[in-house]
Amino acid sequence: MPSEQKLGSAIVDTVFANMVSSQNESSLLSSEGDSQRTQYPYVTGTSVIGIKYKDGILMAADMGGSYGSTIRYKSVERLKQVGKHSLIGASGEISDFQEILRYLDELILHDSMWDDGNSLGPKEVHNYLTRVLYNRRNKFDPLWNSLVLGGVKNGQKYLGSVSMIGVHFEDDHVATGFGNHLARPILREEWREDLTFEEGVKLLEKCMRNLLYRDRSAVNKLQIAKITEEGLTISQPYSLKTFWNFAAFKNPTVGAEGSW
Amino acid sequence: MSSIGTGYDLSVTTFSPDGRVFQIEYAAKAVDNSGTVVGIKCKDGIVIGVEKLIASKMMLPGSNRRIHSVHRHSGMGVAGLAADGRQIVARAKSEAHNYESTYGEPIPIKELAERVASYVHLCTLYWWLRPFGSGVILGGYDRDGPQLYMVEPSGVSYRYFGAAIGKGRQAAKTEIEKLKLSDMTCRQGVIEVAKIIYGVHDEAKDKTFELEMSWVCDESNRQHQKVPEALLEEAKAAAKAALEEMDAD
Repeated sequence: MPSEQKLGSAIVDTVFANMVSSQNESSLLSSEGDSQRTQYPYVTGTSVIGIKYKDGILMAADMGGSYGSTIRYKSVERLKQVGKHSLIGASGEISDFQEILRYLDELILHDSMWDDGNSLGPKEVHNYLTRVLYNRRNKFDPLWNSLVLGGVKNGQKYLGSVSMIGVHFEDDHVATGFGNHLARPILREEWREDLTFEEGVKLLEKCMRNLLYRDRSAVNKLQIAKITEEGLTISQPYSLKTFWNFAAFKNPTVGAEGSW
Repeated sequence: MSSIGTGYDLSVTTFSPDGRVFQIEYAAKAVDNSGTVVGIKCKDGIVIGVEKLIASKMMLPGSNRRIHSVHRHSGMGVAGLAADGRQIVARAKSEAHNYESTYGEPIPIKELAERVASYVHLCTLYWWLRPFGSGVILGGYDRDGPQLYMVEPSGVSYRYFGAAIGKGRQAAKTEIEKLKLSDMTCRQGVIEVAKIIYGVHDEAKDKTFELEMSWVCDESNRQHQKVPEALLEEAKAAAKAALEEMDAD
């Protein structure tokens, strides 16, 4: 997240600088009246991790909503169902995620009103999200999110991610934000095509525990979602056991008298 | 009985001396000449059925849908000019969407019917517009339970427990009145609607027809959808059997 924020604010800063220095041409860059653009996010969610496993997709995200460095909300559901076949996980600005959910709701509704026996699959939803995010980015008014989109349709598993600037990937395991740095190396070593459900959950928990130790905005209350051909389940929130009994933490002041 | 409104029927903004607006009455004739649309309110939902007259053998079955979903919880069957009907459906979808966007809950069926009726009526107020040549039967399931409304080209809308428009409406209404709707589930209602439509179809005057049915009920999770294949086939079989029984008499 911080790296994305820096990149985002770098883009915004240069544009802003241009605007200020050339007031006469500002009308070309801004829309009529006050230009509405997301400068920085307010309430954010941290990493989301997604993996393919034997029967479908598994996704994990904690339930934290941070307000800067304050962990303000601790029951934010960042994993949601999309139609019959897909599951979305979001990190970044929570209000933008809620807006995205509204767009998706409209998309799924219009698709279902055709009543023609077809329904949008994860690949289509992922493509739609990519278009939405990319076009907003081109208007310098991004939806400040990194999304993970996974699902199963007609036996085909699909897992992809898309960022706020519209960069999209499809892979066997994806993550957003800090997850890219802390979880994906673990997944690169230990992920296999034929993971069972239990193995998959254990692997995700290993990644989430790592993030819990190292990511300041992580909270110890997470949900794991599973989507297969049969359907979707999002687990009840639960906590991970953490281990702090390291030798280095005992008698921490032994080498530096007077410190605490 | 129709009467010639010579001179007073050229514009929808002209009244005749006896207080009629002929253009609206002519629009209603377009509805009267189309295939029958029937709607009934059962104790657990709504069933809508359409007698879709097939204009050409080249048409694929299942195409040219006459029943459209307006939102998750409601749908409408259209009679009359198909293109006009499509506009009414589009407007209804838009109203339903806007309501939910603003108020955060699905549009109550009463509200939806009022908005559709308003819109249809609107097009009877200006000389540069023409009235819609189609009527709709709107059924839905909201917090107050299942409801059925009918909107005519004049913009008039009433709530019904059984309604029919189109060619066979008189015969259909007679049949509906015989049914004990308050005791009927939608499963049974589907069979009855099929029987009615097969019954009012005029073999001599019209070519073949395709039966299109939809429902919104507890069994469909309060979602508006086509009646499932299996049940539709069962209904068609029952309707054909009932016809044969009648012919045997």
